[in-house]
Amino acid sequence: MSVQIGRRKVIFLQGNEACALGALAAGVDLFAGYPITPSSEIAEFLSESLPLVGGRFIQMEDEIASMAAVIGASLGGAKAMTATSGPGFSLMQENIGFACIAEVPCVIVNVQRAGPSTGLPTQPAQMDVMQTRWGTHGDHSIIALSPTTVLECFTMTIECVSLAERYRTPVVLLMDEVVAHMRENASLLGPADCGMASRPRPAAGLADYCPFGASGDGVPPLAAFGGEYRFHVTGLTHDPHGFPTMVPREVDDNIRRIVSKVESRVDELASYEEFMLEDADVLLVAYGSTSRVAKASVRELRRAGVRAGLLRPRTIWPFSQKRLRELAPRLRLVVVPEMNLGQLVLEVERALCGAVPVRHVGRVDGNLFDPGEITAFALREAGR
Amino acid sequence: MSQVMETVRTYLRSNKKLPTVWCAGCGLGIVMGAMIRAIARMGVEKNDLAVVSGIGCTGRLPAYVDFNTLHTTHGRALAFATGLKLAKPKLRVITVMGDGDAVAIGGNHFIHSCRRNIDMTAIVVNNAIYGMTGGQYSPTTPHGRRGTTAPYGNVEHDFDVAGLAVGAGATFVARSSVYHVRELDKLIERAMRHKGFSVVEVVANCYTSYGRLNKLTSPVAMLQAMKEGSVTVAEAAKMSPAELEGKFVRGVIQERELPEFITVYDALAEKLAATPEVVAGVRRTLETYDETAYRLKAYRKKA
Repeated sequence: MSVQIGRRKVIFLQGNEACALGALAAGVDLFAGYPITPSSEIAEFLSESLPLVGGRFIQMEDEIASMAAVIGASLGGAKAMTATSGPGFSLMQENIGFACIAEVPCVIVNVQRAGPSTGLPTQPAQMDVMQTRWGTHGDHSIIALSPTTVLECFTMTIECVSLAERYRTPVVLLMDEVVAHMRENASLLGPADCGMASRPRPAAGLADYCPFGASGDGVPPLAAFGGEYRFHVTGLTHDPHGFPTMVPREVDDNIRRIVSKVESRVDELASYEEFMLEDADVLLVAYGSTSRVAKASVRELRRAGVRAGLLRPRTIWPFSQKRLRELAPRLRLVVVPEMNLGQLVLEVERALCGAVPVRHVGRVDGNLFDPGEITAFALREAGR
Repeated sequence: MSQVMETVRTYLRSNKKLPTVWCAGCGLGIVMGAMIRAIARMGVEKNDLAVVSGIGCTGRLPAYVDFNTLHTTHGRALAFATGLKLAKPKLRVITVMGDGDAVAIGGNHFIHSCRRNIDMTAIVVNNAIYGMTGGQYSPTTPHGRRGTTAPYGNVEHDFDVAGLAVGAGATFVARSSVYHVRELDKLIERAMRHKGFSVVEVVANCYTSYGRLNKLTSPVAMLQAMKEGSVTVAEAAKMSPAELEGKFVRGVIQERELPEFITVYDALAEKLAATPEVVAGVRRTLETYDETAYRLKAYRKKA
């Protein structure tokens, strides 16, 4: 099953299995979830493996409860995660908001399928991009990564755990059905190679522990329940000690800090893959399994004499405008293929402010793009 | 009396968060006192206990008590508590919920917690109304009674909370009221000592939102009604259904033994660690990769 290459082990894996394996590598010790296609293999794999490594698995009564259990476990000091798909992700929004305001580290894997509602349970989509950003009510921020390969399902799960712990925030791994069910070789890296960070912890013996205070970097240390410090956690807007407040200054500080601790790091968090960008003047922006197709389209466009290139955001949220703006002066066209009717394209347009024509090509019939259709669309838009 | 007050003060965040948001005449202070006295009698260390709540007047209780406290979303207290307990099984967990919280929006979590039998205690403060939002009828508002959303009398029929818990498989179920304070103290203690999921329904009074709408003259009159309108389990056993009409039954309603979730789960995990041939396929995958192989080995060693 596996081959050793240097420090790496190459394993033939499915995306969902790679995600589960990544969770184990990252030290996840609690998984709470509810069965849903196309994410169920993650729960199945972890229900088999967590008891073997001293962790615990629980199947909750619904996704609302799953998200709640994950947050409860995280407050108990566990690295906790859940996995779901669109309908379940909708149910999780309530408690994702709680994790945002209470600053509880947790990871939510959303294997996107076509929707709305029950939609096409077994087929891929990228329709939850905006829900990931704005699904829960109220001002907040979120981190979301989008894997394209089975290997990335593994490494990005580790990254998600790391980011959640480091910044005390929910982090979404925004997969899609294709990348989840696809099987390919993955040469696994270790958490150290993925830059595993840990949860900020308070020093021992503090006279006045502030679990929600504005520390130097905007991420206050989080103690675990059942340890040295007793503290209060609430979904109400709270003061630095965690108690409900309606004092305008404290409310303002609370909300601005939980948003800015992520948004102020947008360029630090942003990560891209660039493909044939050196001389490109026609840019494809694609993520997830669509970007695999877009790479083939770039090659086809090049063969047709168009200097095309691909920018693939690995970090979907917060969305970084920096690289797009750097590239803008030499671009004549930007094409954004997505398996939706136009979601991340809105961010691309916002970044470019009309400097370059931005065209969206969407596919919502439950099938992955064919390279030819992106190529044909780009050729038409490029006036060829 | 002063010793009782002393006990209560030890466990309250009296320097920070008092007075409470609760109205004059509210029964919630009595429930909080009973919970604290039960905890004190058991000698539970403050660091070793978490109090988890949902939304509503009852939801505000954790902020006042000096434990690890978690005020969650509406109806979800038990689901948060489940995760917390799985992460830290040694932590004692009490959830406090109102009737709307526990059996309306949180009804699904309530019945599944009863069924799952994780070792924690749920205190359901049943005042038959949504108090905080201004007196809308709840799933425990009796038929015909008024709420601000039942201005002509409640068309629906009410839940029997303790009965629901029994039906859903809870291994310890008790009921008392804010009038029967000493009994309540003891029942909360018994619930906490029970190994498994325990439910204590506390019949409580919301004078502000329920009493006034239903022409109950004062908080005291509502307490009086609890005294006169209830019988013990032993008394109830000798009464006919006609005699029991309109009365609620107090005491331990259900007590049985059933293996506790985490105990069973952990015993299973230990057995798996000792029998490598089980789930060989999964083991092989984990062993392929250094990081997971390490976790596998470390746990086997520990077990």
